Amino acid sequence: MDMQVAKKKLGLKERYAVMTRGLDWTPSYQKMEDIYPYIAYEGIKIHDWDKWEDPFRLTMDAYWKYQAEKERKLYAIIDAFNQNNGHLNVTDARYINTIKLFISGISPLEYVAHRGFAHAGRAFPGAGPRVACLMQSLDEIRHAQTQVHSISNYNKYYNGMHDFHHAHDRVWFLSVPKSFFDDAITAGPFEFMVSIGFSFEYVLTNLLFVPFVSGAAYNGDMGTMTFGFSAQSDEARHMTLGLEVIKFILEQDPANVPIVQRWIDKWTWRGYRVLTLVAMMMDYMLPKRTMSWKEAWEVYFEENGGALFKDLARYGIKMPKCAEQIALEKDHLSHQAWSTFYNYAAAANFHTWMPDEDEMAWLAAKYPASFDKHYRPRYEFWREQAAKGNRFYNKTLPMLCQTCQIPMIFTEPGDATKICYREVDYKGDKYHFCSDHCKEIFEHEPEKYVQAWLPVHQIYQGNCFPEGTDPTVEGFDPLAAVLQYYKLEHGRDNLDFDISEDKKNFAEWRGQATKNI
Amino acid sequence: MSTVFLALQTNEETRPIIEAILQDNPSAVVDEQPAMVKINADGRLVVRRETIEELIGRDYDLQELQVNMITMSGNLDQTDDEIILFWKS
Repeated sequence: MDMQVAKKKLGLKERYAVMTRGLDWTPSYQKMEDIYPYIAYEGIKIHDWDKWEDPFRLTMDAYWKYQAEKERKLYAIIDAFNQNNGHLNVTDARYINTIKLFISGISPLEYVAHRGFAHAGRAFPGAGPRVACLMQSLDEIRHAQTQVHSISNYNKYYNGMHDFHHAHDRVWFLSVPKSFFDDAITAGPFEFMVSIGFSFEYVLTNLLFVPFVSGAAYNGDMGTMTFGFSAQSDEARHMTLGLEVIKFILEQDPANVPIVQRWIDKWTWRGYRVLTLVAMMMDYMLPKRTMSWKEAWEVYFEENGGALFKDLARYGIKMPKCAEQIALEKDHLSHQAWSTFYNYAAAANFHTWMPDEDEMAWLAAKYPASFDKHYRPRYEFWREQAAKGNRFYNKTLPMLCQTCQIPMIFTEPGDATKICYREVDYKGDKYHFCSDHCKEIFEHEPEKYVQAWLPVHQIYQGNCFPEGTDPTVEGFDPLAAVLQYYKLEHGRDNLDFDISEDKKNFAEWRGQATKNI
Repeated sequence: MSTVFLALQTNEETRPIIEAILQDNPSAVVDEQPAMVKINADGRLVVRRETIEELIGRDYDLQELQVNMITMSGNLDQTDDEIILFWKS
């Protein structure tokens, strides 16, 4: 970029003041509480909205200019990638399953984030946070759109992505990211800012985007790498908004501190549970690995998050207590998740496989305390069974955690041989949880979480079959009916990678790209 | 002091910016990753407009950095002349 820098009449600070607070006014015809009805009920006390300032001091005029530049760069690369059959340059076709996970699990969340920030911005009486929320709302819809545009090229050639939004709203494991964001946007505006703005964007986003984007770069996926970096260039601003909002709320009134601490505890855990999908992507789905989940957690949470919470200690904010349990789980999380998806490959919109010998050696080196002892033996057994023609597809439905909606697959903190079960009786019903943290979140807001749309319960209640299905007919195959409802084609969109059309096509097309036929 | 960092895309625009940052921050350490350069520093990192302008030979608006930024850590303060990342503790 070689932009002409015009001489400015006002300095950055003055321009920011003029273009935010300078455009605001005090209403006289309507009462403030009628215009901003959601601002009081969460118990957060704000005395002076003008104390909030975006430290980047970005104003809308500059915002459009830089966002346009980002779009030009991005679309030039997407065009080049598509024109050159860039999809055939990825390391191997297994990699494409990470794209399927991303488009059906993450991109729809970008759209919900767009709505969430539009709503939060509308709810705040302060001009500074309102403008910053407006920018983030626009960023998020840009992310949703650029991801759909980039990935649509893969959809032309590979299976499982054809109706990603339909899948997002229905497929069992996609209720994990979906319910996470639904939980956030149905909270009040301050809790939304702490949940997404702070806990997700500041504390956890590096664990989603940096490994995913570096993973794309490492695996020859220029299209994904570019939209990832383009989105990520907005993330630095989102992180700053998240941190500034937290500092602002805490500085406004000491009574805000315990409320904010509870939200940080809740949303760090909620976000971490969603990142289970990223953990298995990093350790199993990238043919060429960047770093292990455990290493990423240590760099981006333990080291970087540690610095953040040390800085926030002056307000009385502590490291979320779930960090202790997460540290105990880091040797196990990705392996337990991949084992589950390997089992449920008949009911998912992507393929799974067993790691080969080299990959097992990598896993053993990265996870010396857990891999060879707990996970290698079961993988070797499954591989043996598959070689004999007994590739196992689990067709029964798992019990789900009422809060995070993940199947109850996690082991007790500190004991990898025992599944962790917690339960609560509430108004005559029993609710199940994967952990103490999910249980505590439920206990604090039971009326919210009893309403959870749990895919397994919904299937058993007969709500996940195509219209007109009669489950009482002889020989009824519930899984086949559920796949139809998901709009997934059995044998094409699901099952093991080894027998997939993706694998066969990729090999054939790559052959055509390098030989004269 | 805790580490602050700034991560930029690896490209022709950021090459002189990274050079400028290293000139202005003797404690900064470069960590090159796939397609990304992460600059770590102890407690404080400053990006100065003038140093960048000397290296690229034209006027530079620090907000242009928005286009190439990937992630960062620390409290931030930006003016016409500099971007500062810092931890208070």
